[in-house]
Amino acid sequence: MFFPISNSHISPVYLAAIGFLIGILGGFFGVGGSFIAGPALRAVGLDWNFAVGTDLAHIVGKSVVAAKRHRALGNVDLKLGLIMAVGTMGGAEVGAQLIQMLKRAGNVNFVVSIVSIAIYLSISSFMIWEAWRTLQYQKRRRPHAKIPGTAAKQDESSFSHRTAAIQRLKIWPMISLPASGVTAISLWVIILVSFIGGLFSGFLGGGAGYIRMPMLVYVLGIPTHLAVGTDLFEIIISASYGTFSHAIKGNVDILIALVMHTGAAIGAQIGAISTQYFAGPKIRLAFVPLPLIGAAIVIYTLVTGHKL
Amino acid sequence: MAHKSPTKKEKTNTLRAFLVELGIYAVFVTGYFFLVLHYLSEWLQDLHLNHVRLYALATIVLIIGQAVLLENVTTWLLRLLRGRSE
Repeated sequence: MFFPISNSHISPVYLAAIGFLIGILGGFFGVGGSFIAGPALRAVGLDWNFAVGTDLAHIVGKSVVAAKRHRALGNVDLKLGLIMAVGTMGGAEVGAQLIQMLKRAGNVNFVVSIVSIAIYLSISSFMIWEAWRTLQYQKRRRPHAKIPGTAAKQDESSFSHRTAAIQRLKIWPMISLPASGVTAISLWVIILVSFIGGLFSGFLGGGAGYIRMPMLVYVLGIPTHLAVGTDLFEIIISASYGTFSHAIKGNVDILIALVMHTGAAIGAQIGAISTQYFAGPKIRLAFVPLPLIGAAIVIYTLVTGHKL
Repeated sequence: MAHKSPTKKEKTNTLRAFLVELGIYAVFVTGYFFLVLHYLSEWLQDLHLNHVRLYALATIVLIIGQAVLLENVTTWLLRLLRGRSE
């Protein structure tokens, strides 16, 4: 199929299949899936600028579907999502400015690669450690409590004592998040978390769900299912902003995004529904390979000099 | 009360419903490719070249519009094939 905007020939079946795969990942983990979509679009000859912008547009559509499904399952905290959208957009702008600064200094690729590898490996290591400890603790305490779909949302974390300490920080204004079961938390902590997520989004590209979802769980103390759903809702707003910005710069082929989204729409539903059957620590443990894939792609790029 | 849980049967039914849903969805999407995207491409290309702000706005409207449409279609298919809402 010919896509005149980006002047490229790509099989619609390939695009829908990639969308389907990323849709499942997005619906299940609350991530945008740029670390797969970007290289997948590049692999069929799409220019890098179009790959980035088009991927963002497709993320908007996929997140609408997955967030709508998560909302039906009671997994979206709208208040938290709206607050986070503000911080994310601010962070994304600062991240983009940092990239411009590094471009002027002439070492953008090396710095971004090293930072991203360090971040990806740290997130994966920490999540393996935490989810494993929590699962071992649960196994010792209640070896027979395994009721799919009901006990699944009862979330626990071996990091919860640190999360409680963060929630006790009394920095005005304090707000409550009843939908997430958080009685009081400083607004600034939420803004900081979303700002960091946005910073990485602007700095490393994509939606940065790989860093935002773990921070929602470990820093803000949001149950994993709600963290996934709320992250997706927040991504709708921040990725729409990014899409608009890239479209003005001529980096979006919306026809490719629409075709990709036909696969993502059904994949996202499957991913979102699947979260019902897994407990929080298991979702977190299954999340671990995603940042590792991201790290592997960056290491490959750094070693070979070929951008995937 | 004893509650029999035919897990394997349930799984088979779910898989069958999913495959039927995927088949119907594929037919729908193929028609959509040819009917809608074919007619949109020239108009979008013109916007992309000559009215970039309008094009940016159209990208957001189109992707969200399609997302809502396809979400409704897939939900309807799920209900139709499984006889209940998820």
